[in-house]
Amino acid sequence: MSASAEATVVITHEVGLHARPSVKFTKLAKSFAAEVEIALAANGPWFDAKSIVKVMAAKAPKGTVLHIRASGDGANDAVDALVELVRRDFDEGADHARTA
Amino acid sequence: MPEPLRLKGISASAGYAEGPLFDLDQTVGSYVSKETADDEKAALEAAIGIATGRLTAMIGMAEGDAADILEFQIAMLQDDALSSPAFAAIRTGLPADTAWRQALNAEIAGYDASEQDYFRARAADIRDIRDQVLRALSEVGNVEPPAGAILYGEDIAPTRFLETDWSSGGGIALRAGSTASHVAMLARSRGVPMVVGLGASPAHLAGLALLDAEHGGIVLSPSKAEIAAFRQSSSSFRARRDRAGTFLARPAVTKAGTAVRMQVNIADPSEVDGIDIATCDGVGLMRTEFLFGKTLPDEETQYRAYRKVLEWAGDKPVTIRTVDAGGDKPVPGFTVAEGNPFLGLRGIRLSLARPEVFRVQIRALLRAAVHGSLKVMFPMIAVVEEYRQAAAMFAEEQAVLATRGIVHKMPPLGIMVEVPSVAIVPDTFAAAAFFSIGSNDLTQYVMAAARDNATVAHLNSVRNPAVLRLITALAAFGEREKIPVSLCGDAGGDPASIPSLLEAGLRDLSVAPAQLAMAKAAIADVSV
Repeated sequence: MSASAEATVVITHEVGLHARPSVKFTKLAKSFAAEVEIALAANGPWFDAKSIVKVMAAKAPKGTVLHIRASGDGANDAVDALVELVRRDFDEGADHARTA
Repeated sequence: MPEPLRLKGISASAGYAEGPLFDLDQTVGSYVSKETADDEKAALEAAIGIATGRLTAMIGMAEGDAADILEFQIAMLQDDALSSPAFAAIRTGLPADTAWRQALNAEIAGYDASEQDYFRARAADIRDIRDQVLRALSEVGNVEPPAGAILYGEDIAPTRFLETDWSSGGGIALRAGSTASHVAMLARSRGVPMVVGLGASPAHLAGLALLDAEHGGIVLSPSKAEIAAFRQSSSSFRARRDRAGTFLARPAVTKAGTAVRMQVNIADPSEVDGIDIATCDGVGLMRTEFLFGKTLPDEETQYRAYRKVLEWAGDKPVTIRTVDAGGDKPVPGFTVAEGNPFLGLRGIRLSLARPEVFRVQIRALLRAAVHGSLKVMFPMIAVVEEYRQAAAMFAEEQAVLATRGIVHKMPPLGIMVEVPSVAIVPDTFAAAAFFSIGSNDLTQYVMAAARDNATVAHLNSVRNPAVLRLITALAAFGEREKIPVSLCGDAGGDPASIPSLLEAGLRDLSVAPAQLAMAKAAIADVSV
């Protein structure tokens, strides 16, 4: 059987899902076996969350409602961890935002 | 047959090299298409690998935003999504460079079209990535210099020097460059001939070149007579160097029988592994900036580095200079950016301004002192208060270690003489245990001629009467006050300057390990 999970989270980071945040995001996504995708709308288009090129191309600015879905081994953990990362502002204080 | 072309420069590492000129600056735009699509694919894969490798090497030296940008670029390069359109285009018959350029330009156009400034600005990053791979592509298979080549260019990176196989000869000829650069230091210790400051060339240089790095010059398209004369000079140099080799194991003595103490200058502790302690009288200068290369070193790292050198030297003295950052030796997170760094916050000034960093080094030195005969000196002392403050900090840290019951020892504390204020009024500094003349900085400050600027190199001479008079007075002062005076600048290892230094009264020199034999041979010719 194959697990699947889906969740949404609002991007609060000043510059959105970009450069440094996207490096962290894709690194974390790659640490899971599950297939992970992101989208800016519930009906897609969906982008491979493990590809920084694709994640960057999604161009998700601050305030975006980010849809994250996963399927396969550890799908729930993957979605939970990625939602948490976005919620934690990618572990960057507000002072990082100016140079990000 | 073209006319011979002669360019004059400055010797940064003595020696002779004869070989084809290799242009270091020919990079972009010389990609040669391959026979098959498979070869094109392999070329692109190799180029992406080279570009990724270079970025990874750079990340080790970067910090903060710079490291983040590099990490982002590496992540992009390693993502197959970036390169797959290019590989698809190669399968349809396009050469690797065109395929890569088209694929990346499409990606760049996507960013350029964005309505948000931040996303648009990322186009510059993708352009950077595109060009790095194109540069690597143009190098694949056709950029390795032939064996024995003379590398010619504006300047050369230390990594390039280290990548090059010098086993079959070759040399370095630079239009700019500096005798004080890290590459110059590496070249001297490896015995690779190097000339800097050749200036702009009147024509495109190529073909057979004769590099005379003893006198500082290069000849292109030489005549037969010139080649013959060059080979004669080259073999005479080798003979002198071999003869000097016989001096290495013996104490340095002049023709008149005057003994001269010869110590060595080192930077990286591992350098001592290649030196026989019996050939020298100790370490006259151990630089500590190299420990401070990427990050501020902790106490244990420093302690181990100092202890290694002290144990190697045994009973012989090891003089360690506290960190001399600033000037032309920036340390990320420690030094400050200044308009005129040679006259700014460097050496002891910086250490006193950053006591939390300095105290770590002081504790490491106090602890290491029990493992040999340690002496410590402060760089860039200009007024005696600086010496007093630094010495007081040593006393405070000693008290801290004593309270904690940690084994330690207070070394003699001396000063570098490189700021003219010390050389002019040495009696003010009689509290110091010893003086060590830093002739590179003393000369550049007395002559107001930067040592890393080839255009004023003719002014930057330790043999200028003004500099020599200061050195003579210092030697006499030391003799009178029983304060040891030595010299640890480049002049000590320069055969042309050694007679003047001994005539000035110095009897204690510290030189680069590679110059020890030649310096001893030069001393044997002096009649002081």
